[in-house]
Amino acid sequence: MSELWFDYGLPLVIMLAQSVLLMVVLLLIIAYVLYADRKIWAAVQIRRGPNVVGPWGLFQSFADLLKFVLKEPVIPATSDKFLFLFAPLITVVLSLAGWVVIPVAEGWCIADINVGILYVFAISSLGVYGVIIGGWASNSKYPFLSALRSAAQMVSYEVSIGFVIVTVLLCVGSLNLSDIVMAQKTGLADMLGVPWLTILNWYWLPLFPMFVVFFVSALAETNRPPFDLAEAESELVAGFMVEYGSTPYMMFMLGEYVAIALMCALTTILFMGGWLPPLDFAPFTWVPGVVWFFLKASMVFFMFAMVKAMVPRYRYDQLMRLGWKVFLPLSLFMVFAVSAVLMAMGWAPTSGAL
Amino acid sequence: MVLQALFFYLFAGIAVASAFMVIAARNPVHSVLFLILCFINAAALFVLIGAEYLAMLLIVVYVGAVMVLFLFVVMMLDVDFAEMKRGVLQYLPIGGLVGFILLAELLMAIGGWVIMPEAYSGGALPIVAEGKQNIAQIGAVLYTKYIFYFQACGIILLVAMIGAIVLTLRHKPNVKRQDIPTQVARTPETSIEVVSVESGKGI
Repeated sequence: MSELWFDYGLPLVIMLAQSVLLMVVLLLIIAYVLYADRKIWAAVQIRRGPNVVGPWGLFQSFADLLKFVLKEPVIPATSDKFLFLFAPLITVVLSLAGWVVIPVAEGWCIADINVGILYVFAISSLGVYGVIIGGWASNSKYPFLSALRSAAQMVSYEVSIGFVIVTVLLCVGSLNLSDIVMAQKTGLADMLGVPWLTILNWYWLPLFPMFVVFFVSALAETNRPPFDLAEAESELVAGFMVEYGSTPYMMFMLGEYVAIALMCALTTILFMGGWLPPLDFAPFTWVPGVVWFFLKASMVFFMFAMVKAMVPRYRYDQLMRLGWKVFLPLSLFMVFAVSAVLMAMGWAPTSGAL
Repeated sequence: MVLQALFFYLFAGIAVASAFMVIAARNPVHSVLFLILCFINAAALFVLIGAEYLAMLLIVVYVGAVMVLFLFVVMMLDVDFAEMKRGVLQYLPIGGLVGFILLAELLMAIGGWVIMPEAYSGGALPIVAEGKQNIAQIGAVLYTKYIFYFQACGIILLVAMIGAIVLTLRHKPNVKRQDIPTQVARTPETSIEVVSVESGKGI
């Protein structure tokens, strides 16, 4: 019995404690990500944004949470009741599940699995079910149209995200997320003879076109503006969320923002060196890795927010054209180009696992 | 090992039950969702035998892409399934026969494995080898030993894709299409004509 406890029980308890800690910190950060999103949007439009609840409106997100939870949920009479309530749950659970494999600092990761990047890819490709089931279960025209739109959109952009990930993996030689970060310790800066300038080692510079493709595809994958056609209010009222209110609606919003944060974290890991410091000398190397990770992910989110504030919404056929006719050939070409360069120069990583 | 066995029975049980619900559910959308549940449990079984790469691939390809299209089509179709269910008894003998043959073949294959394990030693490679990730192992045989089969698969898929495009592509004469390069290449000279109009007259 004690063997069972030490083999399975104790690791399970530790893992549960880690998960709860990560979730609490993550949800607190999400509350302020939401606030930051609204503040940045307001600042671009020369408004003040949320400024009433708490100093500078800092507690706005918590007030919103209370409001959503205390409201009465309305379930349409003709909806598929089980699936109607199941859809927001799928969205939240899936987007939180993706965080299990994200290493926020060296070794700070709940499950450091071999196929980490594939796991995140799989989980984010499942995210479409929350939208499509929610749209269908509402049994109403606009949500259904929105569900169809977003299904096509998310599947299309997953293809180019997949190819972008392949180019990064070609340079790394492993599917483990920690290995991807560690592979960015050496690179371009060493070749140029400035090993202290580690910011040049990260993949954003050598794979710059892929960085841009990944960023734009991440916007489309998470239904962020300018690709928020799933909830285009000028055409579809509020998209798949038309029939939702109170807590189920809040869960959709929460899931969406957690997925956005996940995409920011993924961009940080794939292209911006994860928890590594940008310059390899004294004051910068003293800062703990988790702080660098947070700063980098916040910077990516700032770009997400600025895009939302500045770029007008795409038309649906243009969105599809961009995905299939521009990003797909470009990323496919880059897979060939990167592998050709790696082979020709002998830079191809010999996987430690082989 | 006890926990592994417990989880095996849990996942296998859910997989079989949801596979049954796929054919038993009245609503076709529910059927598709049960099929997704079945796939996810199959992926969990893959993880249990140490094939984590195949498990992720199953989820990415089948659940993430193929089933979305299934769901897409089933939601769009307006089929009266009560009408279709009426013919069930008529097709039961044929369906039962196919199922029985499949079951018999599976039993024979697995039975052969149990009776004479050495007969299979030439074919299957060990799933988990010490210190090797299974994606590296799959790559090592897929791109050496089975490279021609792999490329043949690629060609078949390409032909199928081209076939589907050729069958569905229609060029209707009076549909306006957006041509982005022409739009971008437009200059004021090609698109604006400046006319000086005399007062009191139209153009």
